[in-house]
Amino acid sequence: MKNKECVAMLLAGGQGTRLKSLTKELAKPAVFFGGKYRIIDFPLSNCTNSGIDTVGVLTQYEPLVLNHYLGIGSPWDLDRKYGGVSVLPPYMQAEGGGWYTGTANAIYRNLKFLHQYDPEHVLILSGDHIYTMDYSLMLDYHKEQNADATISVIEVPWEEASRFGIMNTEENGDIVEFDEKPAYPMSNLASMGVYIFKWEVLKEYLTADDAKPESSHDFGKDIIPALLQDEKKLKAYTFEGYWKDVGTVDSLWEANMDLLKETPDLDLNNSSWRIYSKNPNQPAQYLASTSSVRNALINEGCKIYGTVDTSILFYGVHVEEGAVVKDSVIMPNVKIGENVQIHRAIISEGSVIEDNSVIGDPTPGSEITLVAEEGSIMANSYAMTQ
Amino acid sequence: MERIAGIINLDHEQDMLNELTYFRCGAAVPFGGRYRMIDFTVSNMTNSRIESIAVFARRKYRSLMDHLEQGKAWDLDRKRGGLFILPPDWNDPTDISKGDLQHYHNNIDFLRRTSADYILVSGSQHICNIDFQEVLKDHKEADADVTVIYKKVDEMMPEYQLAQKLNIGEGNRVEAIHNEHYNPNVYMEMFLIKKKVLQDLVEKAIAHGHSHFFRDAIKDQLPTIHVNAYEYKGAHALVNSLESYYRNSTNLLKSEEHDRLFKDDAPILTKVKNEAPSKYMHGSDVKNTLVANGCVVEGHVEDSILFRGVKVGKGAVIKNSVIMQRCEIADHAVLENVILDKDCTISEGRTLIGAPEKPFVVAKRKTM
Repeated sequence: MKNKECVAMLLAGGQGTRLKSLTKELAKPAVFFGGKYRIIDFPLSNCTNSGIDTVGVLTQYEPLVLNHYLGIGSPWDLDRKYGGVSVLPPYMQAEGGGWYTGTANAIYRNLKFLHQYDPEHVLILSGDHIYTMDYSLMLDYHKEQNADATISVIEVPWEEASRFGIMNTEENGDIVEFDEKPAYPMSNLASMGVYIFKWEVLKEYLTADDAKPESSHDFGKDIIPALLQDEKKLKAYTFEGYWKDVGTVDSLWEANMDLLKETPDLDLNNSSWRIYSKNPNQPAQYLASTSSVRNALINEGCKIYGTVDTSILFYGVHVEEGAVVKDSVIMPNVKIGENVQIHRAIISEGSVIEDNSVIGDPTPGSEITLVAEEGSIMANSYAMTQ
Repeated sequence: MERIAGIINLDHEQDMLNELTYFRCGAAVPFGGRYRMIDFTVSNMTNSRIESIAVFARRKYRSLMDHLEQGKAWDLDRKRGGLFILPPDWNDPTDISKGDLQHYHNNIDFLRRTSADYILVSGSQHICNIDFQEVLKDHKEADADVTVIYKKVDEMMPEYQLAQKLNIGEGNRVEAIHNEHYNPNVYMEMFLIKKKVLQDLVEKAIAHGHSHFFRDAIKDQLPTIHVNAYEYKGAHALVNSLESYYRNSTNLLKSEEHDRLFKDDAPILTKVKNEAPSKYMHGSDVKNTLVANGCVVEGHVEDSILFRGVKVGKGAVIKNSVIMQRCEIADHAVLENVILDKDCTISEGRTLIGAPEKPFVVAKRKTM
């Protein structure tokens, strides 16, 4: 078989504890987003739209839903004879085995997988971010510069820079220093967690890192600093566009709300850069005579008899008469009873909100209320941030 | 379990939906916001565990083939069985078959190869949600040669004039099939038959120079074969004219009708388009309307159906209309009693008003 120019490795094993009950039995990349997607649809669709047809998905934490969702990769056109999507959980070998101990360790333990394709470059992705990006342009840059590793960066507001991994660069894009969450940032170029390595370089550094007992086996903390120390050629590739970490309940809610802007920075209707997802194939949504819907994103299978304002509804959501859903994200198959009030909330898949209950705090800036999966809110009850 | 294979016979279906069937056959006409007519037949078959389906296509089947693909949406992309679209091309100089019997004759291998014992033959004009396994049960109990499916209609709508009706006698035995107007037992162009019986009847009909399987081999042979009638009691619509298309489309806005047709345990499936959820902007006002994904609505929509990817501009007003895929309705346009076929553009401020009983139809890709 011909070798692959670039193989993607998608780190999807994270627990995402800051998403609270949303990730209780779900890996973070499988969390719902934007009315019909899961977070992982974004990197996977980016891969297929960028012409990358071989993706290893590294799983560890609560993989059942994710495994089922990925299947053989057909929604993303990744059902290929050679390549396609492969789910890569930790596995036992003759000399033992164990859990992935870090991002670098996860890739190191799958060097054999990469060997099969003998790639020239390896693209490392994470399943934590919402963005659309043409990885092939980054790969072109990486090859043009003949870099050992290229790290995709995005300019963040200076006042937020200390929340990110910051790249200090020369004018020509050479990375000279990596600052993880610096108190006094010297640059506002944040790492997006998207790396391209030369395969030979990646192999060498992962192998060396594995031999170091004191290493935390993490790309940001160990691998990148090691490359910098050896004065390897590290390039920053500046990405311009929408990019958002959705690691917390608040940021997940915000990223959803971003889609409701008049002209959102992330265009879900771009027919030349579709975001693919598994489709539940439900009937068209129905807005009844009693409904009032404005500034909303609504998916198929929904039935709306009440009021929906500045909210996102996934498939199969029912909103009964007199109910008001405002500034909220309602995940699939949620049933919302009559005269229910929901403000600034995320309601998880399959929840039943009985008549007359009140959920969330309408005060602007207040904490987002989260109703856990298949939660049931009794009639006439009151629920706020837990 | 005894297996059933399906044949969707489009041979006799006339393209009577005027502008909507200029470019496509009736089976490929969009219906219900995100479906095509044929989706109901295919989904009913797969929901009834029919896993091998042949489509006898005669005319204008490009968009039909594009839509059905390899049957992926219905899990019909199989190694065993699956979906077979069979266009009418053959060059057998010894072939003497005529009419739809040509399809049966030339595709006899489909019948030979399927492991099914029974064949369910259906058209695409009767929209319904039916379990063919129940039909098989009834067929076996009646110990019939053929079981035909009918709907007892409450009200004689104009579309039933063209439909065939059944006279049903003792033991649900069909005594006559005719076009008389008063009879409420509307034949749904669906019948179940044992494979062996079908093969024999086809052979005989061809030998006798016949040209229409149902008419010549079943209807005209009623005294000699046992034809059993099965009454279907669920949601039903016959779409064989623009008028019936329009009325039955807007009937879906009645939630009872809708829920009887779109059932959770027997879903109607269709080709997936990967459209984003629909977006309702500030100032949008949508009442009693079915909306598919990928729409962006800024205007006022009432008692209508919007297919996938429709854009409705600011201040635009749409009432009692069916707007198909990717139409763009510019700001302040007014549409009432209108059917827009796919990819139409209505420019700013334009007004189109049809009559409630006779909608104004705009053909595919027109700019007004």
